[in-house]
Amino acid sequence: MTMAITVHNATKSFYNKLVLNKLSLEIPKGEIFGLLGPSGCGKTTLIKLIIGMLKRDEGDITVLTYNIPDQRLLPNIGYMAQSDALYTDLTGEQNLDFFARLYKLPKKERKARIQYVAGVVELEDVLQKRIAEYSGGMMRRLSLAIALIHDPEVLILDEPTVGIDPVLKRSIWRELERLKREDGKTIVITTHVMDEAERCEQTALLRNGHIIATGSPDKLKEKYEATRFEEVFLRAGGEN
Amino acid sequence: MRINALIIRIIRQMRRDKRTLALLFLAPLLVLTLMYLIFDSSEAEPTITITGDSTQLTEQLEQAEFDVTSVEQFSTEEMKEKNEHAWLNVDKQKMELTLLNDDPTQAKKIQMQLGNMLATEKNGPGISANYVYGDKDTKIFDTFSPMLIGFFVFFFVFLIAGISLLKERTSGTLERLMATPIKRYEIIAGYLVGFGIFAFIQTIIIVFYSIYVLDIVHIGSIWLVILTNILIALVALSLGTLLSSFAASEFQMMQFIPLVIVPQIFFTGIFPMEGMAGWLQSLGKVMPLFYASDALKGVMYKGFTFQEIAFDLLILLLFAALFIVLNIVALRKYRSF
Repeated sequence: MTMAITVHNATKSFYNKLVLNKLSLEIPKGEIFGLLGPSGCGKTTLIKLIIGMLKRDEGDITVLTYNIPDQRLLPNIGYMAQSDALYTDLTGEQNLDFFARLYKLPKKERKARIQYVAGVVELEDVLQKRIAEYSGGMMRRLSLAIALIHDPEVLILDEPTVGIDPVLKRSIWRELERLKREDGKTIVITTHVMDEAERCEQTALLRNGHIIATGSPDKLKEKYEATRFEEVFLRAGGEN
Repeated sequence: MRINALIIRIIRQMRRDKRTLALLFLAPLLVLTLMYLIFDSSEAEPTITITGDSTQLTEQLEQAEFDVTSVEQFSTEEMKEKNEHAWLNVDKQKMELTLLNDDPTQAKKIQMQLGNMLATEKNGPGISANYVYGDKDTKIFDTFSPMLIGFFVFFFVFLIAGISLLKERTSGTLERLMATPIKRYEIIAGYLVGFGIFAFIQTIIIVFYSIYVLDIVHIGSIWLVILTNILIALVALSLGTLLSSFAASEFQMMQFIPLVIVPQIFFTGIFPMEGMAGWLQSLGKVMPLFYASDALKGVMYKGFTFQEIAFDLLILLLFAALFIVLNIVALRKYRSF
């Protein structure tokens, strides 16, 4: 199996506090990979290292064919940050247009992609509204749409479904699964919601800067003799 | 009790923000000290050149604390070059006084002193004068209004550019941009041009309004005034965005006003620099507004040509270039390339 992302012995600390400690991880191409762990366990830091937004202290990271950090990787990455980084005084469409231009999409394609991604997250009707008028869930959806705007090969989504209602959540998951199935995208998702974890093909449990377990949700359940995925997490972390 | 909760919260927040506290307590001291030093500066001795029959007069003038030079020949060109405050040509019968009028207050003082001194002679009281710059009606405002134009361009562009890049930092969009293929220099260039457009419009409005509506003295080329102001805006833009990386909030951005903006006002020539202590003058020379004012006053009041202000413009350009490079370096905080 070819790997989309390979992390080898990555170490990162902030102000002498070790956030990632010799972390190694392989994420296969064309799968939905769940990065699970409690808040503050280093998920976001790991993601930023993978993209190259942060510099690792030690270790090697390869994404697709690039040795990170490499600027050439960025057009292939769709990133959705944990907090919605949107221009609140612009409309939804203007936000999408801005990011589409950063990826140098030609005018025609830009328009088509804006319509398409707005459709995916069901925001077509509010594209002309300013973000200041959006609800939290709408902003989350727009952030996801921005991550999809340039049709990237790898999607890295940091807690994408926080604040999104169950109905929309289901439709977003369907879309993610379709992107994986039909377009062969690699999708990395961080979450601490366990029912989402079960929809991933592969998962890695992160705690205190370590990977404490990896494998498919079913395998992990078997290994830890758990009926619910939540129990896996608790047992793997050494708690009952 | 609820009021107590608020008071305690405010005290806690303020104690966290050490910089605001330091500013609150120390910045007024800094500005006051600067003002003290500047107003305390002894006035420089006025320089005067005498041509013609001068021996007796020279002594008198030196007693009156003039810095006197006696030469055979002198001209207004030489006056400009040497920044000589006054030139007295003593002929057999009449005296001819030429004033540089670089600083109208000082020029009037020289004229009055000379007038009083010469009143004991047969000429009668008072002496008329020719002026190198301006005329006898020149008001102090005429000489520093050009600097005010430069100052306002600088001030507003600095604040607006700084705060808006700051907003991009605090809202997380700047970090989000780093996950796109944009390069650091592209961000800075985008900001410079994007805000540059508005700074340009602002400059044009201020310049035209000052000259055509307020009728501020201007004898040089209006294009040079605009060119100078555009350079000022560029410096302000790059300095504003740079300093915004050292501010965590709009509030902290405002704190740069007493630290960065106010001191510069003192060195724009509103207060004569000649009498200041040497080190104080050197301090003025690291401030962009010093060069900006020199160029603007040169063009608008003295009718300087491009060559004559080229040095000032070059320095402004260098300031902008320096700040732009530092901006790009400062963005390394967000991404290494």
